[in-house]
Amino acid sequence: MSLLFKGRSQGAERTSISATQRLMMFFVSHVRQALASLGELWRSPGASMMTIAVLGLSITLPSTLYILLKNTERVSAGWEQASEITLFLHRDTQPADIQQLVTRLSVWPEIDSLTHIDKNQAMQEFKEISGFGDALNYLDQNPLPDVILVTPTSKHTSPTAAGVLLDKLRNEREVEVGQLDIQWLERLHGLVAIAKELVTVVALLLFLAVVLIIGNTIRLNILNKRDEILVMKLVGATDAFIQRPFLYTGFWYGLLGGLMAWVTVALLLWWMEDSINQVAQLYQTQFNLSGLQGEALLIMLALSVCLGLAGSLLSVYKHIRAIEPK
Amino acid sequence: MIRFEQVSKTYPGGQQALRQVSFHITPGEMAFLTGHSGAGKSTLLKLISIMERPTVGKVLINGHDLNHIQRRQIPYIRRDIGMIFQSHQLLMDKSVFDNVALPLIIEGYSHKEIGKRVSTVLERVGLADKARSLPIALSGGEQQRVGIARAVVNKPPLLLADEPTGNLDPKLSMEIIKLFEDFNQAGVAVLIATHDLGLIARMRYRTLTLKKGQMITDGLTEDWPGDLDEPVI
Ligand SMILES: Nc1ncnc2c1ncn2[C@@H]1O[C@H](COP(=O)(O)OP(=O)(O)O)[C@@H](O)[C@H]1O
Ligand SMILES: [Mg+2]
Repeated sequence: MSLLFKGRSQGAERTSISATQRLMMFFVSHVRQALASLGELWRSPGASMMTIAVLGLSITLPSTLYILLKNTERVSAGWEQASEITLFLHRDTQPADIQQLVTRLSVWPEIDSLTHIDKNQAMQEFKEISGFGDALNYLDQNPLPDVILVTPTSKHTSPTAAGVLLDKLRNEREVEVGQLDIQWLERLHGLVAIAKELVTVVALLLFLAVVLIIGNTIRLNILNKRDEILVMKLVGATDAFIQRPFLYTGFWYGLLGGLMAWVTVALLLWWMEDSINQVAQLYQTQFNLSGLQGEALLIMLALSVCLGLAGSLLSVYKHIRAIEPK
Repeated sequence: MIRFEQVSKTYPGGQQALRQVSFHITPGEMAFLTGHSGAGKSTLLKLISIMERPTVGKVLINGHDLNHIQRRQIPYIRRDIGMIFQSHQLLMDKSVFDNVALPLIIEGYSHKEIGKRVSTVLERVGLADKARSLPIALSGGEQQRVGIARAVVNKPPLLLADEPTGNLDPKLSMEIIKLFEDFNQAGVAVLIATHDLGLIARMRYRTLTLKKGQMITDGLTEDWPGDLDEPVI
């Protein structure tokens, strides 16, 4: 509707078309503008490829680091499951009491399984393995204590949870010493946490750079089209209408950059696979590197598109407003 | 249709372009705005299309005070005003058809409707066979007619023209003015700024004369005394 002239309708309102038709036209015009923006990129392939490459490579680095980190976590999660608590019992504990203790502990929700190593059996093994043999017979009593190996359930394998469980076990009357070798786990967790933070910081800085680079590219586009924008404003184009092609350009930069990052990450992982497998063999583990798939891929593409849009929005908001016919 | 009430405009540099200008143009009227270069003609037109805002006073279109129009509403105001410039303001890398279609595309007309309207209006300004040409391939007079076609293609109730005949010889100028007369006869209010007094003298239209930002005459050209160069009351 015209603001100044009652009864004078502006634009498409004037032709009597149904709401669905109007909705269709809305989508058709958006698709057309999106394709027009893509065509515009195609017309200057050199400059476009450069911007897309900057975006793609900037996303590749944090994505690759993220994947490596995720895989490290996956592997170390396997190790953690093996974390065991060793309980050394008082030497004078009677077999019946040990049996009772095992029965009591086996119903604890934190505990997955228990193994009792009898002190006599341990002595026997020690004799055989150590080779001291008969020398040990001269001891008037078995110096070894009974030992119970406790495997926590998966929920309680993290260093802190396992630590809490250990404290609880130490309170048992029969237990003399309880041990959990969690130091290396804590170190690993600490390292992974630092790496995570580092990746986050690097990613944020790169993303900021990408937004600024896209913003600057779009700014140059806008300045190149200054005359056209002036004419459009003279004949009554809203800022929203003028902005749209530039936003689509940002969208395409984001999407194409994201796809490029996907391909680059896949290539990098393929290239690194051999050396990673070698390391895995040292640790005697079977290890498959999992790349970017499904949800993670979608998230990366969405992120890339968001960065492209953010850069163009920033630029468009600042520079299209500033161009006014005088 | 257009009403100025005690309008003054001082540019940021301190240049006073308009001083207490008041006048009224009725719906469907055709009028000329004249005066020497620097008298304030362009400034007056810019106040109507909100390319500038008055320092003091009110500009009203159809009773609506433009001082109350917000920035984001300005595009919708411009859709009601067809504007024509001496420098044409055409997009040089787009065909004549695309140039004329621009206001319709902006307003979201359908493809079919755009084709129909643009052909009709190009027919009217005599450029039906030039639809596919680039403006660069056209003469000055033809380019100006493309500008006019673009200004009237969405049938605005008001046409503003700033020196539309500026670069044209008298014969071509007369043809352009004839076009404006046609649209005026169809009910469109037309305000043409020009310093080409010879052109207006041959016609019988209301003429507003500015001198150093002040409105010094407002009347029919035929009422002027002999010396056209410096009209007096
Ligand atoms: N944007 C501007 N900034 C400062 N002064 C201006 C601007 N536009 C016009 N002027 C001044 O205002 C006066 C009127 O200009 P203008 O309206 O263009 O006159 P005309 O169109 O009649 O030649 C002139 O003195 C001109 O220098
Ligand atoms: Mg002027």
